[in-house]
Amino acid sequence: MSEHLSALIVVLPLLAAPVCLLLRQTRMVRAWTSIVAWACLCMALTLLERVHTGGVITYAMGGWDPPLGIEYRLDALNAYLLVIVTAIASVVFPSGVILTDTSLPEGKAHLYFAALLLCLAGLLGITSTGDLFNVFVFVEITSLSSYTLISLGKNRQALTAAFSYLVMGTIGGTFLLVGIGFLYQVTGTLNMNDLALRLPELLGSRTILAGFAFLMVGGSIKLAVFPLHQWLPNAYTHAPAAVSAFIAATATKVSYYLLARIIFTVFGAAFVFDALHLHWLLMPLAIAAMFAGSLAAVFQTDLKRLLAYSSIAQIGYMTLGLCMASETGLTGGIVHLFNHALMKGGLFLAVACVVMRTGSSSVNAISGLGRKMPLTMAAIVVGGLSLIGVPGTAGFISKWYLVVGALERGWYAVSVLILLSSLIAVVYVWRLVETAFFGVPEHEVCEVPWTSWLPTWILIGATLVFGIWTDVTVGGASAAARALLGVTP
Amino acid sequence: MSPESLLLWALCLPLAGALGVSLCGRWPNVREAVTIITTLSTFSCVLGILQFVLAGQVVELEVVEVLAGLPIAFRLEPLGMLYALVASGLWIPTAVYGIGYMRGHGEQNQTRFFACFALAIFAALGIAFAGNLLTLFLFYELLTFSTYPLVTHYGNDEARKAGRVYLGNLIFTSVAFLLLAVVTTWWMTGTLDFRPGGILAGKAEGPMVAVLLGLFAFGAGKAALMPFHRWLPAAMVAPTPVSALLHAVAIVKAGVFTVLKVVVYIFGIDFLTEQGASLWLMYAAAFTLLSASVIALTKTNLKARLAYSTISQLAYIVLGAALATTAGVTGAALHIPMHAMGKITLFFCAGAIYVATHKKDIREMDGIGRRMPFTMGAFLVGSLSIIGLPPMGGAWSKWFLAMGAAEAHMPIFIGVLMLSSLLSIGYLMPIVARAFFCKAADAEPEAASGDATESHPEKPGFWGAVNEAPALCVIPLCATALGTVALFFCVPFFKGLLDLMVLR
Repeated sequence: MSEHLSALIVVLPLLAAPVCLLLRQTRMVRAWTSIVAWACLCMALTLLERVHTGGVITYAMGGWDPPLGIEYRLDALNAYLLVIVTAIASVVFPSGVILTDTSLPEGKAHLYFAALLLCLAGLLGITSTGDLFNVFVFVEITSLSSYTLISLGKNRQALTAAFSYLVMGTIGGTFLLVGIGFLYQVTGTLNMNDLALRLPELLGSRTILAGFAFLMVGGSIKLAVFPLHQWLPNAYTHAPAAVSAFIAATATKVSYYLLARIIFTVFGAAFVFDALHLHWLLMPLAIAAMFAGSLAAVFQTDLKRLLAYSSIAQIGYMTLGLCMASETGLTGGIVHLFNHALMKGGLFLAVACVVMRTGSSSVNAISGLGRKMPLTMAAIVVGGLSLIGVPGTAGFISKWYLVVGALERGWYAVSVLILLSSLIAVVYVWRLVETAFFGVPEHEVCEVPWTSWLPTWILIGATLVFGIWTDVTVGGASAAARALLGVTP
Repeated sequence: MSPESLLLWALCLPLAGALGVSLCGRWPNVREAVTIITTLSTFSCVLGILQFVLAGQVVELEVVEVLAGLPIAFRLEPLGMLYALVASGLWIPTAVYGIGYMRGHGEQNQTRFFACFALAIFAALGIAFAGNLLTLFLFYELLTFSTYPLVTHYGNDEARKAGRVYLGNLIFTSVAFLLLAVVTTWWMTGTLDFRPGGILAGKAEGPMVAVLLGLFAFGAGKAALMPFHRWLPAAMVAPTPVSALLHAVAIVKAGVFTVLKVVVYIFGIDFLTEQGASLWLMYAAAFTLLSASVIALTKTNLKARLAYSTISQLAYIVLGAALATTAGVTGAALHIPMHAMGKITLFFCAGAIYVATHKKDIREMDGIGRRMPFTMGAFLVGSLSIIGLPPMGGAWSKWFLAMGAAEAHMPIFIGVLMLSSLLSIGYLMPIVARAFFCKAADAEPEAASGDATESHPEKPGFWGAVNEAPALCVIPLCATALGTVALFFCVPFFKGLLDLMVLR
């Protein structure tokens, strides 16, 4: 049983999704999805622990040995990712706001939960598999289920948002598929490790270069790297708030993982950065994202859209860590992935709480709520401080590593830009603080029930805990960075 | 008790006090009792540690390792001890005064006020005890955020705007400069510990040292070095007890303390002198020192004038640090308690005048000395200390600063110090003179004091004219005024403490 764990973690939510259709009753379905998420979290933690003690875990699907069969291959990086994704799922799924802000017809909630589970299964699949075509399959599972989830938003704009996401997502998926096809055509293999062995002799080939370009663009669309981010703000804004919390905290992270995997494991840092100088392309885009995303966030009037633009900026930081291609830089990028998942998940959940009480997610909705909903507003403040990178919060840890990484590479200007762009975050976070604590209350509301604020505070509290105790986050991230760079500890 | 546990107690008590205050919000008397008990017990803990420091013991404590090789650690040495004494000691009169002021004014949100106050002291003590730059930075930012609700206490548009200036200045400087300096130091030396003689010697050289010093000096925005001084006058919209403790003692001193500590324990004064990297900082400080004094002359709002005076006095400390000589550093360190005691008296007086008469403008304060003789007497004493005349404490710090300038062979700065003293006579003495020697413009003795004060119109003579602020306001300000005199005679003790500081 335990050797099948790395497959089971994907298979369980995949099989659990249809079960939702059998259970039907909303309450039972909710309990079921929560239990599945928790079970996945337990499996992910076990796997992470096992990877850290015993090294890479490989699993041949159906007993077919790689490279012919599909291989599931867990190293420090994807085990870490599995924990992030399952942890967010197990906090968001049971939360009291999960159905807030949705336009579900009476008695159809079980379909919504089935889509959530499918999305989880897809994300876990992308993360665990060592087979490129399998990645594409899971990317499609994730995308299709998230189109569904986004279109369930309360407003009619959710439909157009989902549709434009569908168009962009399909383009991204197609690019990935084309890239994979090119690689397969030249090498005759789909297994990532096998590809890594065969590619070095073929790197001069134009087909490989074109394949690489397709993979990069496809992955960047999924990750919403500036300027391919256009789908993201609408999708996050019009999706139900809890869905935004789940997707913002996990989907982009998994896409980031995919890009990192393709760059470092399949093609190798030497080819990508030394021969192709990809960082001279990615770094300006990352910096542009940091500034454009934050600046755009300053001018938003909708909380969810504000957070979405902030996400684009945060993706910029992560990408920056990626193009440093050093242990410190990658550690910074990966630990920011973890920390950002916590804070953005927590912030979107807090917004869901606001929507639950006021029925609106506009910035004005929180006017004067500092007294009415102190827990929710405090969560927004703390999450915001973490976005800024105030010491004592998780955001500080990731910024620290990124700045040190930039200095190590001799990119002095970049280190200054990282700090300057985080100052823009002060502006948009402080707008929220001022609105919440100086504004005049528009709504007669009270605090949300504990089932709603507790999940929010689990994530927000975690940003505080991981701002001080970093053994787990930084330890896991630096192990992941070493695994990516192929450094043996 | 062991010094380590005393240190933890001193840190945790204000934190517990903040919690206690927020829990007891419903019963004002209990809440105030919690505040007073916390102040007293915190101060006694700090006094308890003092004996160990005086015995030459270095108190060290590592709490948790945040990043590899970078723990949150506390390490108490004489300089930090001095700042801790000032912050926790002056918290006592301020708490008493704050209770009198807030009640006299019937202010809103008093629970939040006292809770944030305790939190700010927690942060200030954390800065004082910090054993490395990371810990210092952590508490430095905590101090900024915990005082934001105090600055914006009134919650109106003016407070909101002032809050923006306050936060904008402090966060901008600390993130853009201080954090950059901290990370650069870490990258160059691989450590952030405060070590005697500094950690940068041999690791950095040339213009890099001057640039790094600049990042630290301007990064500690709380030191209000021009052009990052605007937050200080802006923060004066806060209730006066906040201005008194935080903007004369805890916050601004956190800034200059950071500069001093970095100069002594990160750069090392010998290294700075050898590199000549601090020369420009001397001139920058001298510029701030003089121009802030001149601006103070032009201000007619009492608190604004005091704010600019503070900016000028802070530059003394930065100047002393930049001189990087033994006497200069001693003078700078001594100026922390001396200026704190003098300036807190002046702010207390400004607040007492406001409580009793609702007057903010100096031009309206003619003849107020007859009505509030104790307050204005204390104001005179505090002013003399700021000017630097014996027998007030301020005389000593100026003496050592001037000696430091001489030691550094920079006689020009002796001139600057003297000129600034003259300017401070110019902006402080007229207030006292008008209060005592001019006749009040409005003949009626009772102004819009309301129920905050009691008037005794039927009594003739000296006491008949007296119409002071509540006793809880007047007693603390008299105490701190006496304190400035006491400090003059306590200098051997402070000098003894600072002589324990290992400079090389």
